[in-house]
Amino acid sequence: MVKEVICKDRLAQLETVMDEHKGKKGCLMPILHESQKIFGCIPLGVQKVIADATGIPMAEIYGVVTFYSHFSIEPKGDFVIGVCMGTACYVKNAGKILDDFVKQANVKVGETSEDGKFTLEATRCIGACGLAPVITINEDVYGRLKADAQEVADILAKY
Amino acid sequence: MKSLQELENLKLQSQKLVNLRLGDRQNSPHKHHVLICQGTGCVSAKATVIEEAFHEHLAKHNLTEDVVVARTGCFGICEAGPVVIVYPEGAFYSHVTPEDAERITKNHLVEGNVVTDLLLEGSSVGDKIIPINEIPFYKKQKRVSLALCGLINPENILEYIAFDGYKALAKAVLEMSPKAIIDEIKESGIRGRGGGGFSTGRKWEFTMNTQADQKYIVCNGDEGDPGAFMDRSILEGDPHAIIEAMAIAGYAVGANQGYVYVRAEYPIATNRLQIAIDQAKDFGLLGKNIFESDFNFDLEIRLGAGAFVCGEETALLNSIEGQRGMPNPRPPYPAVEGLWGKPTVINNVETFSNIPQIILNGAKWFSDMGTEGSNGTKVFALGGKIKNTGLIEVPMGITLREVIFDVGGGIPNGKKFKAVQTGGPSGGCLTEEHLDTPIDFDNLTRLGAMMGSGGMIVMDEDNCMVDIAKFFLEFTVDESCGKCAPCRVGTKKMLNILNRITSGTSEMAELDRLEELAKNIKISSLCGLGQTAPNPVLSTLKNFREEYEAHVKDNKCPSGVCKDLLNYFILDTCIGCTLCTRHCPVNAITGEKKEVHHIDTKTCIKCNVCVEKCKFNAIEVR
Ligand SMILES: Cc1cc2nc3c(=O)[nH]c(=O)nc-3n(C[C@H](O)[C@H](O)[C@H](O)COP(=O)(O)O)c2cc1C
Ligand code: SF4
Ligand code: FES
Repeated sequence: MVKEVICKDRLAQLETVMDEHKGKKGCLMPILHESQKIFGCIPLGVQKVIADATGIPMAEIYGVVTFYSHFSIEPKGDFVIGVCMGTACYVKNAGKILDDFVKQANVKVGETSEDGKFTLEATRCIGACGLAPVITINEDVYGRLKADAQEVADILAKY
Repeated sequence: MKSLQELENLKLQSQKLVNLRLGDRQNSPHKHHVLICQGTGCVSAKATVIEEAFHEHLAKHNLTEDVVVARTGCFGICEAGPVVIVYPEGAFYSHVTPEDAERITKNHLVEGNVVTDLLLEGSSVGDKIIPINEIPFYKKQKRVSLALCGLINPENILEYIAFDGYKALAKAVLEMSPKAIIDEIKESGIRGRGGGGFSTGRKWEFTMNTQADQKYIVCNGDEGDPGAFMDRSILEGDPHAIIEAMAIAGYAVGANQGYVYVRAEYPIATNRLQIAIDQAKDFGLLGKNIFESDFNFDLEIRLGAGAFVCGEETALLNSIEGQRGMPNPRPPYPAVEGLWGKPTVINNVETFSNIPQIILNGAKWFSDMGTEGSNGTKVFALGGKIKNTGLIEVPMGITLREVIFDVGGGIPNGKKFKAVQTGGPSGGCLTEEHLDTPIDFDNLTRLGAMMGSGGMIVMDEDNCMVDIAKFFLEFTVDESCGKCAPCRVGTKKMLNILNRITSGTSEMAELDRLEELAKNIKISSLCGLGQTAPNPVLSTLKNFREEYEAHVKDNKCPSGVCKDLLNYFILDTCIGCTLCTRHCPVNAITGEKKEVHHIDTKTCIKCNVCVEKCKFNAIEVR
């Protein structure tokens, strides 16, 4: 499923952001962060707009976007499932939880399901180690999981 | 803010905001303070809903004037979260739910009776509340970096000022020369808390002595070690301390601009820090002519974007400049040639958090804590198989045993301690025999582990050490920036060997090859990431060689973790309920009703469904 990412409205928002940062030293990272927020990803079309406005070569922008895992070129699903694979969670069986999500949400790690509903990510420590093992779905956090399949099914049923 | 006097006056006025928390009931306009932890851990466990619930119930009982509800940073004991502390009693409520807010309001805040069944275990004897610093979890701690975390509302600069906030900056700018400051820092002996352990005073001195038209101060809040979260907690719980310290550094080395580089994964910390920066600007503690001197200092936040290597200082600076975050060869060191080629002091969050107190209390106060060569305290993030997961701060020189068993409460579920990993993906595993070693920079390095940023992950008998080594190596392979071959290719090769070991397709000679490869990568990689990536493998090879051998020689994973080496068996306790047969996706289980079943190990895909379904624990994995 292809989603319409670039639209007039969002481009206007990007313009405002760029006006604020353009010309400042090291403006690229803040602009990219805002773009990721506005569009949900940073496709080539958006990179081109940024290149034209800032004078930074497109190749350089592409290089930066692809270097950082926080930026993506493809749009993500409606619900981004993040299974924390930080050390504290890993030693408490996070690997098993990830496997259960792969099976039950029918999506591979790092990919988006065919219907565009779920994106599954193995994330770095989100800093809630006290609640390990932890997963997030968009803004919702689920902690102290027991790592059994039923639990994952119950969580998925909410979305 | 114009003068020290003005700051002192503001402090006197602000003290009434916090007196109650220090047990002073006379000089407080309120009857109670309800402090709700709003660190990431407790927020994840619905602390914001609890806060709303308190507001609602306080309004019902007409107590909004008498009771202050304040959000604070992390109390450290995340295991007990969400945590709420009520002053002046110091009642330490744990695992609070939104429903409990009603009981606490009615019983405690209205009627004056502490709700004893909600108190943290060990925080009371009968009806008597034990002072917080006597609770077992806090007893052996010494909180310097974390002193105000959990005590003040980080979103209110006045509460920071009430605890002598910004007084160190005033003292530095108004009474001390840059050189005097640097001498004080040097004399305190403080070493960087970000992993390297370099002398902070000397680093500042290099930058001070380098002539340039522009210099920068950078705070490293990238906190990449998966399993460490002290920098985040400090930024969330006491952000003004970082601002103050960076300004002091700016004054000392002659820099007028600072950047705080924070991980994008830390939205709460970023938000609190921004609020704090804005307040500091409003109070004239950042900006032009601070304390009417000719010292100017400004601060901006820059977000990381999910690359571990950006914690390395030269990579971090490249990232701020808007480039791919790849390291540069050093020298030149950033202290001499850093951001945009200008001299740059870069320090870790925890390092900075110590600075104001060193200036206020003096170098000697600081160097009296800790051990020879490692002064002060260190914050550790306790995680893994330990009862009190959370954040602790202890004097350097304390033993691992004290940390894990006295402060951390030991291993849960009656399991046996096996190893503790310090220093994250750069560090190593320590075992039972190291438990009585005093923790400091040099001891840990000597044992093949590392202080690192202070992640401390405890493992019990259920953890496979080969699997853990593989876990860390997967992390570094993933995060290697690819600039140099030893790290890019070498770590991948090591991982391949580990994969063969955990899948039973390796041979003994490979263990030696693994070791040799590891040693070569260590000496030939460009940056710290590659130079330390083999450590987890080397230290587990050294301390748990027999586990590696069991995988290779006997095709067995003694801890029952490595899936490829495991098989599923049905025990005689099977009553033949046929539940597993119906759920096995590949029909590997056979057997008559009411008779012991059997798993065909060749067909079994080890999906674990039978174990989860069996109500009689009759399936064994070995
Ligand atoms: C791969 C790698 C990752 C690092 N990650 C961090 C980090 O997350 N936080 C940090 O403060 N320092 C990190 N460092 C250390 C920094 O390079 C630098 O030494 C430190 O920020 C200096 O501050 P300090 O002297 O106050 O410790 C890392 C180093 C390497 C090689
Ligand atoms: S050691 Fe690894 S992370 Fe460091 S520069 Fe080389 S490839 Fe990049
Ligand atoms: S390791 Fe999962 S939250 Fe830190």
